[in-house]
Amino acid sequence: MTTMTTTQLWCDRCGESATATAHPACASARQLEPPRFCPECRRRMKVQVLPVGWSAVCVEHGEIQG
Amino acid sequence: MPEILDQARTQVLGDGVGLDQAGILAVLNLPDEHLSAALQLAHDVRMRWCGPEVEVEGIVSLKTGGCPEDCHFCSQSGLFTSPVRSVWLDIPSLVKAAKQTAATGATEFCIVAAVRGPDARLMKQMREGVAAIKAEVDIQVAASLGMLTKEQVDDLVDMGVHRYNHNLETCKSYFPNVVTTHSWEERWETLRMVRDSGMEVCCGGILGLGETVEQRAEFAAQLAELNPHEVPLNFLNPRPGTPLGDRPVVEGKDALRAIAAFRLAMPRTILRYAGGREITLGDLGTREGLLGGINAVIVGNYLTTLGRPATADLELLNELKMPVKALSATL
Ligand code: SF4
Ligand SMILES: [Zn+2]
Ligand SMILES: [Zn+2]
Repeated sequence: MTTMTTTQLWCDRCGESATATAHPACASARQLEPPRFCPECRRRMKVQVLPVGWSAVCVEHGEIQG
Repeated sequence: MPEILDQARTQVLGDGVGLDQAGILAVLNLPDEHLSAALQLAHDVRMRWCGPEVEVEGIVSLKTGGCPEDCHFCSQSGLFTSPVRSVWLDIPSLVKAAKQTAATGATEFCIVAAVRGPDARLMKQMREGVAAIKAEVDIQVAASLGMLTKEQVDDLVDMGVHRYNHNLETCKSYFPNVVTTHSWEERWETLRMVRDSGMEVCCGGILGLGETVEQRAEFAAQLAELNPHEVPLNFLNPRPGTPLGDRPVVEGKDALRAIAAFRLAMPRTILRYAGGREITLGDLGTREGLLGGINAVIVGNYLTTLGRPATADLELLNELKMPVKALSATL
């Protein structure tokens, strides 16, 4: 599973700025959720959850998997 | 020992007759000091009337998001500002998901779509997908595609779908507070057609939607009247952007009381842990539920959220000496 990195611009769970404030609740929730927002551009990603793993696609920044 | 548990010992454990609504309510209202006795009795009922096997299932979303309905708990409704986007799964990925599920030892693979009911495109995708799975994977296929017409019920039977999930979600009296785009009765009608077709009926719901304890008892009694083959029990996992996004999660002890009460209402059903157990019960509660009436689990991830790794559940079942139900036993 991928986790949030410190270099991301946007919170991948709530889509708010990740540089202005920390998102401890989002980080905790993300243990049991895939990302929803692209951490680079804030677009909502197309997310497919599978029994094992998930994939999330941003039209601009491509696919991430976990 | 509270009177209701004495009554349940004779009636449910002894005779296999589930509690009525008043009895279910009494169990839901048991004080904490009697909870472990209620769970033990529910476990005894499950062992006597169902046996030690645990049915393991994986689920996958064939069509995610963009649903026109307004179920207030659901992140896949297109009517709320949920971040979940619409996406379709292709058939090779569907078959791969079925293979991964079968590799865990699961005997059930449920294909789910976020729709009011299937259209021609979805039915075509189902026909192709189910055929592809049956050609390559040793697993039973179930489906959950919303409300059906009689023709669609017959089509699913023809495809070889052996069980159909359609949750009533909550009791009849509370349903209009949770869903306004269709009625409880419409859901019941689909369930009736599924039952008449010979497919196994899978019908459960979600606890923690704001229903009262009385309404929780009403729901269990209504499910018992339907007498489903399987009851998936979800606990609300409040989803951002949905009308119920700010609701508290169900207290662990209340969740366990509900597990015991639902088992005592339906001694023979497959009572499955579904979504929300991780946040409601945690690891310890998960174990207590499996020793308190639960005899089936969804392993791996859910439709839009993630679960514990399948290995964690399988190790727990092994430790509890509960064998995973084999495919031969289900055919
Ligand atoms: S019908 Fe199903 S997918 Fe659609 S909003 Fe209701 S629960 Fe969600
Ligand atoms: Zn956030
Ligand atoms: Zn992006």
